[in-house]
Amino acid sequence: MNRATVTQSLSVSFTVGLYGTAFGAAGVAAGFSILQTCLLSLLTFSGASQFAVVGVMGAGGSALSGIATASLLGIRNGLYGLRMAPLLQVRGFKRVIAAQITIDESTGVAIGQEERGADAMKQGFWLTGFGVYFFWNLFTLAGALGAQAMGDPSAWGLDAAVPAAFLGLVWPRLHGKFERALAVSAVLLSLALTPFVAAGIPIIATTLLAVAFGWRARQ
Amino acid sequence: MTAIWIGVIGTSLIAFALKYLGHNVPEKYLKNERMLRINTLIPIVLLSALVAVQTVGDKSKLVIDQRLAGVAVACIALALKAPYFVVVVSAALTSAAIYNFG
Repeated sequence: MNRATVTQSLSVSFTVGLYGTAFGAAGVAAGFSILQTCLLSLLTFSGASQFAVVGVMGAGGSALSGIATASLLGIRNGLYGLRMAPLLQVRGFKRVIAAQITIDESTGVAIGQEERGADAMKQGFWLTGFGVYFFWNLFTLAGALGAQAMGDPSAWGLDAAVPAAFLGLVWPRLHGKFERALAVSAVLLSLALTPFVAAGIPIIATTLLAVAFGWRARQ
Repeated sequence: MTAIWIGVIGTSLIAFALKYLGHNVPEKYLKNERMLRINTLIPIVLLSALVAVQTVGDKSKLVIDQRLAGVAVACIALALKAPYFVVVVSAALTSAAIYNFG
C-alpha cells in the first residue's frame, strides 16, 4: 500500500472520528438515549445528517422534520456514489458496504489520490471509510457516556481541523485555472445561499456548477 | 414507538437509501463523455463548498471566527507543500489558540 495514502486516510479518520465525541454528547443532551445516539452513528453514519436530526428533534421539532433535514444533508452522499461506483466496481454485499461508507471523508481521500493512480484511490476509499466508521462510532460512544473531559471541540481546534482536512484533500485537484475557478465558484455559491435556504442545499446546489463547467469539453 | 425512535430509524433508512442509490445508477448513463466530465467535477465542488460552509457557516449565518484563521494557516501550509498532518494540526493549533486565548 502507498504510505502517503495510508497516512492521509488515518489522519482523516482520527481527526473526524474525534468529532464523534461532540455528536455523542449532543445526542444525549438532545434527549436521545445512549443506544439511540450510538445507533445513529452505526446506521446513519453521516455526521451532518446525525447532527441535524438530534438538533431538530432536541429543539422540539417533529420526527418528520428531523428526518427531512437530515435527508437533505444526505443527498450529497448519493452524488459521491455516482463517482465512486465506477471506480470501485463492486457488487452484491460489497456494494452495500461500499454504499454505507460513502461519505465526505472516504470520497475526499479517494479523489485526493488521483495522481497516485486508481489503486491508491480505491485503497484511500476503503481505508478511510472503515477508519472513520471505527473512530466515529468509538468516540460517539465515549461522548454519549459523558466523556465531557473532551469538552468543547472548539477548544481543541477541531472546528478548524475538519475543514482543513477536507481542504487538504481537494487541494491537489486544484492544479489548473479551470479547477480553481470551479472551486472558488463553489465556495461563493454555497456561502451566498447559506443565509437563505435550508442547511444542506447550499452544498448540493454547487452540483449545478459541476454541470455547467463540465458541459463542454475543454480545448 | 416514540418519536425519537422514528427519527433514528427513518433517518438511517433514508441515509442508506441515498448512498445506495448513487452506487446503483447504471453505468451506461455515466459512460458518455459529458457525464464523465461532470461526474469527475462533482466531488470537487461538493467538498470545496463543504470547506467553505464549515469554515464560516453557523446554521444560517456567516461568521468570521477562529476557524477562518485556522483554515487560512492550512492554506499557507498547503502552499508550502507541508505534509498532510502538518496541514491539519497547524489549523487546529491556530484555531485553538485564538479560541482559548484570543
